Amino acid sequence: MTRKWLIRLRRVRPVAMKEVRQILRDRRTLTVMLGFPIFMMLLFGYALNFDVKHIPLAVLDNDQSARSRDFVESFLHSGYFDFVKPLASQQEVDQTLDGGQAQVVLVVPAGFADSLARGSNVAVQVAVDGSNSNTASTVIGYAGAIMQSYSEGLRTKALSRIGRTNVALPIDYRPRVWYNPELKSASFLIPGIIVQILLLMTVISTSLSIVREKERGTMEQLVVSPLNPLQVIVGKSVPYVVLSFIGAAVIVLCGWLLFGVPVKGSWFWLFVATSSFLAGGLGLGLFISTISGTQRMAYQLSGLLTMLPSFLLSGWIFPLRNMPLPVRIVSYVIPARYFLPILRAVIVKGVGIETFWPHMVFLVVFALVMLILSTGRLRRQMA
Amino acid sequence: MTFNVARGEILGFLGANGAGKTTIIRMLCGLLNPTSGRATVGGFDVARQSEQVKCNIGYMSQKFSLYPDLTVVENLTFFGGVYGISIPRLRERIPWALEMAGLRGREKSLTAELSGGWRQRLALGCAILHEPKIVFLDEPTSGVDPVSRRSFWELIDRLAEGGTTVFVTTHYLDEAEYCNRVMLIHAGRLIAGGSPSELKSRTFQTPILEVRSDRLIDALAALQEQPWALETAIFGDALHVRVEDEARGSELIRTTLAGLGIAVEYIGRIVPSLQDVFIDLVEHQTKESTRDS
Repeated sequence: MTRKWLIRLRRVRPVAMKEVRQILRDRRTLTVMLGFPIFMMLLFGYALNFDVKHIPLAVLDNDQSARSRDFVESFLHSGYFDFVKPLASQQEVDQTLDGGQAQVVLVVPAGFADSLARGSNVAVQVAVDGSNSNTASTVIGYAGAIMQSYSEGLRTKALSRIGRTNVALPIDYRPRVWYNPELKSASFLIPGIIVQILLLMTVISTSLSIVREKERGTMEQLVVSPLNPLQVIVGKSVPYVVLSFIGAAVIVLCGWLLFGVPVKGSWFWLFVATSSFLAGGLGLGLFISTISGTQRMAYQLSGLLTMLPSFLLSGWIFPLRNMPLPVRIVSYVIPARYFLPILRAVIVKGVGIETFWPHMVFLVVFALVMLILSTGRLRRQMA
Repeated sequence: MTFNVARGEILGFLGANGAGKTTIIRMLCGLLNPTSGRATVGGFDVARQSEQVKCNIGYMSQKFSLYPDLTVVENLTFFGGVYGISIPRLRERIPWALEMAGLRGREKSLTAELSGGWRQRLALGCAILHEPKIVFLDEPTSGVDPVSRRSFWELIDRLAEGGTTVFVTTHYLDEAEYCNRVMLIHAGRLIAGGSPSELKSRTFQTPILEVRSDRLIDALAALQEQPWALETAIFGDALHVRVEDEARGSELIRTTLAGLGIAVEYIGRIVPSLQDVFIDLVEHQTKESTRDS
């Protein structure tokens, strides 16, 4: 039995070697395979940024007092806003927002300083362009916080003037963000990019490599040879799995060196999770190769079955809990939905297997089911 | 259909496109499962012992099926590895295959850059690298220029002399003359088999006369009405007329055509080619099947 298996494994070698030669010869594909992750990293890492800074701010100051100027300054000092221009009338407020010169307009009412001095309430208007709801809600948050702390400052001063120096606020609000204290977008994006790129690379390369042989007629030559289908499949898959691992390593390294997102948790579990995810991708790629007759079809199917679901239904950018039930049900069979939380846990949070083992189990099950199913189909097709 | 092939024989399968030649080869190679019937190749049952069959055969498909992005030597090395040839043996076999295919000096060329004839010979080299007892060649010469075709057949001849059984399909009827034995396939059925000369003499026990005339169409119409003209057909710029007897037949043709005022330029007996045999047999077959139904 052992001897038989040794002989079988020996036959895998020429197939794998041939595949490596073909990969190395096809410089263009190789460049794409290895360059693509880096390109995606740079694109997503630098261009796709959810940090809201440099928001264009226009000010209509109807008070024109030292106090009102001080109030406006507190906005500019926060670092989130860039002052665009002073406005002269309410009409100009509309024009500035309509024209998009400013995303926020701060309107300070006349008598601002006087009212404050008298100790009465003042209504300050913040007009926000809501066409990008994400940015708008962030801006409202910033504006609220700035006004809050400005009011606190005024109250403290007022109280101290009447002789109460030991002023304590009823609730001391001190937010502390765990795992990603600076709320860096990169920490959030990098796990998602790893998911996207790995899946795409693995699925496309395996499905194309099998369909190419079908298309060229070389598959038939392999079928009449004494190789059994499993030897062909394993031989052809190994080089691509290795390549995908190199891709994964490149992304993780980029995340660390370029974006300062190191792997906080266990490298071992990162490796195990990545292997299971890759195995699932390999299974999916093989499956696609059984239903596509041409490379073009395999390419399009791979893109469709990997990019869209793992982008939309992994909970990366769009939270799953807000989605309608049918969509949530579909998301349960998307491996990215399980791999992403694992990556977040290992890379960003640095927590152990005890927190994500159910996800791990799913990844392994998905990989096994996919591999068994598609190898079975492929074997039947090749026999 | 039932047939046996002897060791070292070149067996040709002839038939039109779609006649079923490729299907037979694919079944014998284990690429297709036979729906019924039994076949043994090299002593092993095709359906049950496909593993052993595969080790003992070489196969070259109709479609060129080497890796165009690998070099000549890389293709040979790959197929050597697939068939489990040991490295020291491969070191002898690869130069042998290169020599045979006339590819010395082109070891490092990409297969995609080779011309049709070279590719065919390299494909043959890959198929016989592991010294199979039986080689299946499915339309090996389709799309190859006549000179390359000729040299390819010389290779096949040498292979058979060395004791390898060669099983070849073609739709070039002239190529069948290279075979020891020919099987004519039509619509999935074996309609005749034998050596090329046997086939010719068996099919045409009655002579065929070639008739040349400047009014070919009129002559054809006139002769088709005669009961003694067993078969009449146009071949190029002449008529082929099958008659019971050479001397009597030519006399009858002359008188019939002269009576109609059609001048006869030439009458003479011809040696039938395999093409004549094939067309004749197919026509008979078609007639029989229409009569049956």
